[in-house]
Amino acid sequence: MREIGRLVVALTLIAVISGLILAVVEGMTREPIAAQRRLEMLKALRAVLPPIDNEPDTDAVTLPAGKNAKGLELQRTFFRGRHQGALAGVAFRVTAPDGYSGNIEIMVGVDPGGAVAGIEILTQSETPGLGNKISEAGFKAQFRGKSLDNADWRVKKDGGQFDQITGATISPRAVVKAVRGGLEFFREHRAEIIAPKGT
Amino acid sequence: MNLWHEFSKGLWRENPIFRLVLGMCPTLAVTTSAINGLGMGLATTFVLVCSNTVIALLRKLIPAQVRIPAYIVLIASFVTVVQLCMEAYVYDLYKALGIFIPLIVVNCIILGRAEAFAGKNPVLPSLLDGCGMGLGFTFALFVLGSVRELLGTGAFLGFNLFGAAYPSFLLLILPPGAFIALAILLALMNRIEAGRN
Repeated sequence: MREIGRLVVALTLIAVISGLILAVVEGMTREPIAAQRRLEMLKALRAVLPPIDNEPDTDAVTLPAGKNAKGLELQRTFFRGRHQGALAGVAFRVTAPDGYSGNIEIMVGVDPGGAVAGIEILTQSETPGLGNKISEAGFKAQFRGKSLDNADWRVKKDGGQFDQITGATISPRAVVKAVRGGLEFFREHRAEIIAPKGT
Repeated sequence: MNLWHEFSKGLWRENPIFRLVLGMCPTLAVTTSAINGLGMGLATTFVLVCSNTVIALLRKLIPAQVRIPAYIVLIASFVTVVQLCMEAYVYDLYKALGIFIPLIVVNCIILGRAEAFAGKNPVLPSLLDGCGMGLGFTFALFVLGSVRELLGTGAFLGFNLFGAAYPSFLLLILPPGAFIALAILLALMNRIEAGRN
């Protein structure tokens, strides 16, 4: 019994000290990490919106977006970018669940009229060298200026007008579909999304 | 005890990848490019040096029967500290390596060196053993990543060397390419070693 007691004490001490160290480090790094994530987010917002001079993450509207398969309430957050007080564009996040490997997270920026100002791929794990070319500037640039009214939101292989990538149709198709879904949601809820602050 | 020997053995003679064939999971998974290999190698080296040093310091206090759980708790703590600090203070590097950092915990080189070396030796040799093994691991990952990136995409460290006309050889970038490239490299290393003896 004495032997077991010694082992328990030694292991408990090691675990407690490790836990303490982790708690201290976590406390020290919490704020810098939150600041870094916010910077990252603002960078993505600036990349997809026309020139703005506000901080869109402090000027956001959150709307209910139906329920997911498990019956949980979904929400969408719309970040409103302004230039000298006037609404310059709205950015929101869409998720493409049907990529080749895992979800593709996309930030979409639209102008107040509903045409795409820019898109940015936030996270993806598509095949290196094939599907991950959706992150390249050339692929993302073709969305600029496209809206539900002036474009056929399918890849060329399906009869639309978005370039697929040779050898990888699934990833671009998923991105196009997700962006289109976001634009449709934006059009349906446009009034609520661009309503002035405080209403 | 020859300190230089403790440091240098990890670089070639007991290179964790090419000679001991340890730590295959991160080796095969992250070496799609030279920079990924280098980053993963350096992060692992850091954790390995820290864990070797602390385990050597505590080696007389840790009861032999529970040494493995004790090592794992220490290693996991170091990895978490490294991850938090990187995310807070060197965010760009964290973004590039983010998904690989938790993988360091399951790298059996670290547990292997704790068990085979640091648990039985004083602090300074353990520290040097960690440095040498870590750099040897980094070297191997960098070579493997370079080969796969160069032959797979025609680029090196992101710079395209062969021009746009190079037909990318995707097999090497995809997971099977990791096994093939590693096998060929291992065969070459063995050939060189056989030639020396």
